Amino acid sequence: MTLLLPHLIVAPVVLPLLTAAVLLLLGERRRRLQSILSVVATVTGLLVAVAILIRVDAGGGRAAIDVYLASNWEAPFGIVLVADRLSALMLVLVGCVSVGAALYAEGGWGRVGVYFHPLFQLQLMGLNGAFLTGDLFNLFVFFEVLLAASYGLQLHGSGWPRVRSGLQYIAVNLLASSLFLIGLAVLYGVMGTLSMADIASKTGGIPAHDLGLFYAGSAILAVAFLVKAAIWPLNAWLVPAYAATSAPVAALFALMTKVGIYAILRLWSLFFPAAIAAPTHFGASALLVGGLATIAFGTVGLLASIRISRIAGFSIIVSSGTLLTAFALRSALVTGAALYYVLSATLAVSAIFLIAELARRGDTAPRASSLDAEDAASEDTNLDDEEAPLIGRAFRLSLALMGLGFICCAVLIAGLPPLSGFIAKVALLSAIVTAGAGPIATPMSGLSATAWTFVAMLLLSGLVAMVSLARAGVRHFWSAGGSTVPQVKVPEALSLFLLLFACGLLTVYAEPVLRYTRSTAAELYTPATYVDTVLATRARPAPARSASAELSEPP
Amino acid sequence: MEVLLALVIGVMAGAAVWLVLRPRTFQVIMGLTLLSYAVNLFIFSVGSIFIDKPPIVTPGLAPNLESYTDPMAQSLVLTAIVIGFATTALFLVVLLALRGLSGTDHVDGREES
Repeated sequence: MTLLLPHLIVAPVVLPLLTAAVLLLLGERRRRLQSILSVVATVTGLLVAVAILIRVDAGGGRAAIDVYLASNWEAPFGIVLVADRLSALMLVLVGCVSVGAALYAEGGWGRVGVYFHPLFQLQLMGLNGAFLTGDLFNLFVFFEVLLAASYGLQLHGSGWPRVRSGLQYIAVNLLASSLFLIGLAVLYGVMGTLSMADIASKTGGIPAHDLGLFYAGSAILAVAFLVKAAIWPLNAWLVPAYAATSAPVAALFALMTKVGIYAILRLWSLFFPAAIAAPTHFGASALLVGGLATIAFGTVGLLASIRISRIAGFSIIVSSGTLLTAFALRSALVTGAALYYVLSATLAVSAIFLIAELARRGDTAPRASSLDAEDAASEDTNLDDEEAPLIGRAFRLSLALMGLGFICCAVLIAGLPPLSGFIAKVALLSAIVTAGAGPIATPMSGLSATAWTFVAMLLLSGLVAMVSLARAGVRHFWSAGGSTVPQVKVPEALSLFLLLFACGLLTVYAEPVLRYTRSTAAELYTPATYVDTVLATRARPAPARSASAELSEPP
Repeated sequence: MEVLLALVIGVMAGAAVWLVLRPRTFQVIMGLTLLSYAVNLFIFSVGSIFIDKPPIVTPGLAPNLESYTDPMAQSLVLTAIVIGFATTALFLVVLLALRGLSGTDHVDGREES
């Protein structure tokens, strides 16, 4: 066991890959076995992620970064997998959401079309790999793995709206991939390396005539990530695609925007460390403006949408905007709070995607066909007309559970007490006030205009989310809820419960989690540790067998 | 040669962008294909362009940068080609599905009125 521990970092990539291969071999017939295998593998993935997190966190100091040399090649030459606090945190988040989605899929979605389970596992592999890799091109490959799997998953179950929004989703992502490659090529041309740590260690020595090229390459790369992170002008694809797809897939897709955000945070902190940060830090103002515009766009979208799945889509956009703006402030305090916000927001949005589907199921049951359309006339449905049948009817357990779940999600997304959404918002706000300044402000001027705008946007978006979710709740659960009862299967209820339970844990253990995210942020703003640890990791000597084996050993 | 290569990449990328912005799915996929060609050539060109130099170590050649070309860019292009090809094929399938479901080849699935 102790022999295997250093290899634990590869497990989040290898485990889903192997599971996907076995699932493919099992074929379509043995569905029960497929389901069990898929859930077991996903739960194991979560456990592995937790183990990595504990290992990384317990290391303390220098050893807080775990480096794995694939094939025993050292950093600038070989591809490394790096598990630091940020990666471990994201891995655990992937684990939580994927367990919820996999369980939910057992309620029926896993059996709707072929290859759901293998694609699901491949998507997990792509996500985990993207969070772990320490090499830019490898990051591209994992991005493509997760995108290719997501194309299949998005279309899962087929149908006209899915194919239509899927086409646009795929086209946008193919374009973003091309941009990714261009940015990558420019960076390679300037730096001569694609290892993130190696690039970071050489940014100080770029000759002046190449500096423009380096900035251009980084900017093009950033645009590719920002498309995935759904920043304002580049996010028209998100809501139709996410709202049209099946519930477990949408829940999993809540993680996809976080990959883009992770990549931005990781590369930005590595390539443009705070040490050489002039008052006008490269890209900070673009991120700031883009992030604020994204929050504004998402808020307006929230107000305009009636279907729960669309509300969930827009709240993803709002949370993306919040995160990007928070990172743009470039303060370790704010970033630490924002990382806590990532956890809470992602879990809540995944849960609400699941509820959205359950509610829609209730709507499409015999009655109330007019309620699922956006443009249904709502003003003339009078509750009083239905008063008579509402009296003396038993209240179904499934409905009660869904209603409770919906209230929890609404409270989480809007950031009201008592759940973790509130703690996240308070942490963010107090961090902004304590950090005291945007990138433009001088230390003495108190809160800068940008920080004030951010605070105002944050509070306003919470209010609007509450209004929008309350409206949707009344519509789906009060006015229509009494007459049609959706069928909720046990795994579906269980997955919903698990996601909300994770939020509950986040609330109860807010203090240790916040401490963890703050040390993560502190680590991010001292990238030298990351760079040194990665570059200083030496290959292991081969077990001495013969002279010829020694000779063929890589350097 | 550099100028020619730059012009080829530029023209291809320009045509690709124009095609991607068109409303027909076939034009979009041609645009995406052209764009991936342009990107591949671009990656190839960042590894400094030489004629008649091997990327792998050959016995009899002096082991310095003068006698070899950068193998890294070539391996990157190889991977990018494979991935681009696969995703384009996938896009083609979705395109045909959309055509089958809607009966039109407009990207929105319906003709502009």
